[in-house]
Amino acid sequence: MATVETSAAPRLTRRDFESDQEVRWCPGCGDYAILAQVQRVLPDLGVPREKFVFVSGIGCSSRFPYYVDTYGFHTLHGRAPAIASGIKLTRPDLSVWIVTGDGDALSIGGNHLIHILRRNLDVNILLFNNQIYGLTKGQYSPTSEPGKVTKSTPDGSIDNPFKPLVLALGAEATFLARTIDVEARHLQDVVRRAHAHHGASFVEVLQNCNIFNDGAFDSLTDREIKADNQLILEAGQPMIFGRERSKGIRMNGMRPEVVNLEGAPAAELLVHDPSNPVLAYLLAQMGPPNFPTPLGVLFEVTRPVYEDGLARQVSAAQARSDADLAALLGAGESWTVG
Amino acid sequence: MSEGSSGATSIGAKPVETLDAVVIRFAGDSGDGMQLTGSEFTLSSVIAGNDIGTLPDFPAEIRAPTGTLAGVSGYQLNFSSREVLTPGDAPEVLVAMNPAALKANLEDLVTGGALIVDIEAFNEQNLKKAGYPANPLTDGSLSGYRLLPVDISRLTTLALADLDLSNKQVLRCKNFFTLGLVCWLFDRPVDPVLRHIDERFAKNLRLQDANRRAFNAGHAFGETSELFHQRYRVPPAAIAPGTYRNITGNSALCLGLVAATRRAGLKLFLGSYPITPASDILHELAGLKAFDVVTFQAEDEIAGIGAALGASFAGALGVSTTSGPGIDLKSETIGLAVKTELPLVICDIQRGGPSTGLPTKTEQSDLLAVLYGRHGEAPVVVLAPSSPADCFDMAVEAVRLAIKYMTPVFLLSDGYLANGSEPWRIPVPQDLPDMPARFRVDPEGFFPYLRDPQTLARPWAIPGTPGLEHRLGGIESEQPTGNISYAPLNHEQMVRTRARKIALVAQDVPAPVVHGPERGECLIVGWGSTFGAIRAATEALSARGRRVAHLHLRHLNPLPTGLGDVLRRYERVLVPEMNMGQLVKLLRAEFLVDAVAYTKIQGRPFKVSEIEARVETLLGGNR
Repeated sequence: MATVETSAAPRLTRRDFESDQEVRWCPGCGDYAILAQVQRVLPDLGVPREKFVFVSGIGCSSRFPYYVDTYGFHTLHGRAPAIASGIKLTRPDLSVWIVTGDGDALSIGGNHLIHILRRNLDVNILLFNNQIYGLTKGQYSPTSEPGKVTKSTPDGSIDNPFKPLVLALGAEATFLARTIDVEARHLQDVVRRAHAHHGASFVEVLQNCNIFNDGAFDSLTDREIKADNQLILEAGQPMIFGRERSKGIRMNGMRPEVVNLEGAPAAELLVHDPSNPVLAYLLAQMGPPNFPTPLGVLFEVTRPVYEDGLARQVSAAQARSDADLAALLGAGESWTVG
Repeated sequence: MSEGSSGATSIGAKPVETLDAVVIRFAGDSGDGMQLTGSEFTLSSVIAGNDIGTLPDFPAEIRAPTGTLAGVSGYQLNFSSREVLTPGDAPEVLVAMNPAALKANLEDLVTGGALIVDIEAFNEQNLKKAGYPANPLTDGSLSGYRLLPVDISRLTTLALADLDLSNKQVLRCKNFFTLGLVCWLFDRPVDPVLRHIDERFAKNLRLQDANRRAFNAGHAFGETSELFHQRYRVPPAAIAPGTYRNITGNSALCLGLVAATRRAGLKLFLGSYPITPASDILHELAGLKAFDVVTFQAEDEIAGIGAALGASFAGALGVSTTSGPGIDLKSETIGLAVKTELPLVICDIQRGGPSTGLPTKTEQSDLLAVLYGRHGEAPVVVLAPSSPADCFDMAVEAVRLAIKYMTPVFLLSDGYLANGSEPWRIPVPQDLPDMPARFRVDPEGFFPYLRDPQTLARPWAIPGTPGLEHRLGGIESEQPTGNISYAPLNHEQMVRTRARKIALVAQDVPAPVVHGPERGECLIVGWGSTFGAIRAATEALSARGRRVAHLHLRHLNPLPTGLGDVLRRYERVLVPEMNMGQLVKLLRAEFLVDAVAYTKIQGRPFKVSEIEARVETLLGGNR
């Protein structure tokens, strides 16, 4: 198995992961908070700095690698998973991170996203979902809500949006999580767990674009009301939420429903089990207006990792053959003249 | 005349006539196994010591309706006692397994040529499918040829009568009967064929036995039938000493990539998506994992080259293989490779275009696309092998230049080179050029765009190297820091530097070498797979007293230094190309010479005679 090696080198700090480049996101952008939390987590992962590679596509989120002092590759719109695949297959010892956005990953790069998830390469995908195109200045995105009025949809969007986690689950991702830009600790925890997962980790980070889609996630970030709208998932724990922790989720037949804890015994509540794909689907579908938004690790299972399979095939081939180049060139029927 | 001596079933009773060369074409339904028959006959010929050139020609459909013109598959072989430059203009022997194969190929057969047909296949149903109102075997329409009708189906059935095989299985052995007959006719060694039958059907002994029997029956039929009065022999060619094997362009290209990356000490990473006629490269490299080769069948063309570029960033030699439609899709990634100055080899096995075009037919119409088909100023190195075996050398050259100059390199092969084959003198690995890949490890004074003064290449600093952490990307970089820069003068400097770097590759390109007189009436300039036809035409014209020379370009960007001077030494310059005139446009633009285009866009290579005739027309009475 190809696991990222642990370093015995001096302890790294957040500063080791701050590049000398001026960060050029708009003031107030949610990306700053995500960058800060990732830079806080990286030193703790036990990976030497030179073994991190951040790969991105195009869009606001994709400027991320320039600001992290590791190896980085700012690639083409939508293509980060393809380029990251080549990096990981060449050097399985590297810790490969893909930073992308809702347009980059789900629109122009949708094909590459589903295939990297299907193959289950051991990479970490951070999808910053702000439900808008920021860098091209305000068109609707494949996660924008129906009816969204933008520059390119003056009469409202008639597109049905993707739910990123449902899509990723459909592609048989082995790790699905959701977090929010402003929830520092939660974000750090999710990033750590994504790194720990052996396989493709898909993390949706809800991120506020304060210029073109400000307040998209207010119901999840406003101190007054967020507790009523966030469902914090913890493995083995019943699904309880609300400011007073007075509400829960239970199944009514085949469908989930929100119940008041006063009227329902705790034993009836759904208990989070990240290994259950059926539950993962229910959670990935869940959200406003009738349900809280699940946050945390929705799903985590182990499945063969692509580069491990490749390594096995390479070892087997090397065991069978001594890789004699002269013999390869002269293989098959040959004849000698003179 | 000497008697045939090879082959267990040969009794040597009939006279043998010696010939210099023979061009034979096997044609049948795409399910008739003509490609196998052709390649087995080829092998038998090279083992007999002939020089050879082959041209397979098969339909795009896997199984077009049986018996129709669309389903005809052909394989042409030129085997000779002299140097072979092409698969031959026109077959002198045509084997037609059904009426459709006859109809599709007869016009190519030389007048008086031998025509071997399977009598049973010329039934009412097949004649109708091929659009014959009457049976050409009996209506006198073939009187201009030496018709040799053989009961191939019936004789095969008889030979296998006691084998408990279905009728369908029996008839699938027809091709080996035919091969046996033709091997007898041209006095080819039979042992290699029998050995291959044994290998091919090792897991099914009944079919092994059946095909052996069919082959031997065909061979014996030639010896005993009164239809064949004599047999022919093509003596061995005078070939440079060495050990040879027969090789197709795609195979040679694979081996070149592997040999070069081994020499360079690099992992070979192929990111690819299946496409005709490039897929065989993916297939062959997929079986070479022991040689530090990784193949990645990506979800699409874009991901194929994306993964290859990622691999190059990580320290492998990234390669992507494709054909025209894939080139369109890969353009953006090639631009990123130009901008990030990473080594990358892109193999374009050209086919007829535009769009899906002619997937199984050859063309040279991607030259301008690979030179100029990207947005922005995005120069790349472009190489073109000139024969199947040359695909090896040019693949080595592509890897060498990609590493040395940190640049994408295009390798422009085509369907004709890819599937065609010729004898290849097996190289010794130690004789390959030295091309060590050097990764930067020293953090002292490192900048991502710090350039080597000799090559202008930037350092290859790969992830995992402490102290060289840096970011690459598509946004313009500041020289030499690599930081994002939108500064006007920096952009101009970077654009000019990238162009200068590619221009500098010319220092690694051999000076142009003409074949023929240093000055003269006409210089024929070609590139790619037209080599053989042009060379053979040049020799024929010279033999007739024309002062004609041939220059074949293998480096198309940058062009060799001094090319303009060479072009200007001839009264006329003719540029034959299988496109609408792409290289000729380039030569006229670069050198202000009045080069004349000679174009053919039929999905088929030039014939030697066509080029000869065009030169004669160009030169007119000017003798």
